[in-house]
Amino acid sequence: MDIRIRHIHKSFGGFPALVDVNLDIRSGELIALLGPSGSGKTTLLRVIAGLEFPDYGEILFGAENMARKPVHERRVGFVFQHYALFKHMSVLDNIAFGLRVRPRSWRPGEAQIRRKAVELLDLVQLGGLERRYPHQLSGGQKQRVALARALAIEPRVLLLDEPFGALDAKVRKDLRRWLRELHERTGYTTVFVTHDQEEALELADRVVIMNRGCLEQVGTVDEVYEHPRTPFVFDFLGGTNVLDAEMHGRKVFLRGAEQPLVTDVIHPDGPADLYVRPGDLRLADPGSPGIDVHVTAVQRTGPIVRASAKLLANGTGISIELPHLHHDAARFHAGATLRLKMMQFCVYPRAASVHAHPITDAPEPTAAQSQERTRA
Amino acid sequence: MSPPIDHSLLDPPRLPFEPLLQRNAVITEQPWVRWLLTTAALAFLMVFLLLPLVSVFTEALRGGFKLYWESLKTPDALAAIRLTLTVAAIAVPLNLVFGVAAAWAVTKFEFRGKLFLITLIDLPFSVSPVVSGLIYVLMFGAQGWFGPWLAAHDIHIIFAVPGIVLATMFVTFPFIARELIPLMQEQGTDDEQAALSLGANGWQAFWHVTVPNIKWGLLYGVLLCNARAMGEFGAVSVVSGHIRGETNTMPLHVEILYNEYNFVAAFAVASLLAGLALITLALKSLLEARHGAELSASHRH
Repeated sequence: MDIRIRHIHKSFGGFPALVDVNLDIRSGELIALLGPSGSGKTTLLRVIAGLEFPDYGEILFGAENMARKPVHERRVGFVFQHYALFKHMSVLDNIAFGLRVRPRSWRPGEAQIRRKAVELLDLVQLGGLERRYPHQLSGGQKQRVALARALAIEPRVLLLDEPFGALDAKVRKDLRRWLRELHERTGYTTVFVTHDQEEALELADRVVIMNRGCLEQVGTVDEVYEHPRTPFVFDFLGGTNVLDAEMHGRKVFLRGAEQPLVTDVIHPDGPADLYVRPGDLRLADPGSPGIDVHVTAVQRTGPIVRASAKLLANGTGISIELPHLHHDAARFHAGATLRLKMMQFCVYPRAASVHAHPITDAPEPTAAQSQERTRA
Repeated sequence: MSPPIDHSLLDPPRLPFEPLLQRNAVITEQPWVRWLLTTAALAFLMVFLLLPLVSVFTEALRGGFKLYWESLKTPDALAAIRLTLTVAAIAVPLNLVFGVAAAWAVTKFEFRGKLFLITLIDLPFSVSPVVSGLIYVLMFGAQGWFGPWLAAHDIHIIFAVPGIVLATMFVTFPFIARELIPLMQEQGTDDEQAALSLGANGWQAFWHVTVPNIKWGLLYGVLLCNARAMGEFGAVSVVSGHIRGETNTMPLHVEILYNEYNFVAAFAVASLLAGLALITLALKSLLEARHGAELSASHRH
């Protein structure tokens, strides 16, 4: 079912939790709401579910405006971070709950309810556990039961509130992969909330990045990662180095670099911030331009080598990451002076770094919020 | 090659039932210190609790079992027992409904004046029972606010059963609400929200999800409420009027008999009250042993 969210505002006692949120969710899509705590992502999910009501705005399920309908009339599947399984009911009774509370006129027969519940239990790969109670299940199993219970009512949309938040790293990873497969098989329109960017990038078709109650950027995983629209998005999706820069036309003058870098999109002349990911820094080829740094420390964490360095020009700290098998890795050691090149970077006018702007789900960015991503 | 393990399908790990840190050297003391403290505590309990309790039964049976039985069979004693049971039978169910409603309102909703409501629920605990009784005399007594109106319509509240019920309800109101509020606060609202999202209406969510979640705490609260309802003396004493065979509850009857130097009869009735206390205590311990985890951490009674 297509879901369209129009001009949703919601505040809690003067604190704006959602500010003019607009979003289109296509039928069958798997969408991640991603943001730091307090960004409004859970509120948005709860507003879609009907567990909160917006101050104003519309939520369209197809053509029907649901904004004022209570949760039990919306037929949404909601999965909670802490599972919210009914402790006194067996796994089977938990899954059957949504069917058993239906008004008699459209409640299936008891035999049919049981059959459906067992079917769903097989779907979540827990066949045979129908007589267990929630306290006899592991976290991963509980979340699978919670999902089966939500699917039992054939929801118009499946909403998951930090579904992996309470689980161990390995369980989380396996459950994530399985959820992706399940989505491909069942095709339910699904929205999930997470603060883990890796989770969002791995699982979702499209990612909605939220900050202070506004949507910062909506796009496919590649779009948001390759073309972060705002400094906030750039920063949220991974490690960041911010360097002082000066824009003149298409040229970016970086302190400490002899030659300006060139970008495709024109920003207003003046002070700017250059954002570059630690993993996008490599040694410059001999004789070619770059930024000179002095390496202060090198540390290996698993397959990644992380180096800390200071710009020779002004002492700005900068961090560098590269795979430990990379042929440059051996040259990074404390005390070395090296010349680096940037594989890719973004430049944002200084003013834009201070505050994020509310944006809509419009496909084209406006000039004021323009961003730039260039390959050097 | 075996396929990779899916960790989200694994059963929970089996842990030993005994807490792993039961005999923790850091928090335990020398044996003689432990013995001394335990003995002191037990001795104190013996002198101040067990001994008086035993004396109630020995005094009651001093004249033999026949006399004990005779003194319980007097019409006045039977009337007192009947009245006490009647009052409890009215007050406890009403407090059950009010207590659940109050706990539900406080824990599942946000509203203005919530803190004030919580304070109000505690009021009967902080007010002397005599004052609780006097409140009703001031309101419904012959010289009270509603006194003339009630007299004109021939409705008797003070020095009659309704007054005793009202005073008992006032004094025992906090027991159930106080038991449920921490429990329901700890449980949060996720379960109810899940039920609603699955299509249940509010009533279904309450019956199928909330009530099973709180049932042991509720039973516990009812037990304590009942024990106090039957044993209440101060507030009931003020509003009852001590009319033998009519408005005398068991505790009041004990006092009257005692003041008349009818010790055997007084202790006989008192032994019934004490017996009730013992039964309540036993049931309470049984509940705690069986459903300790579900009764939440907060046991202040």
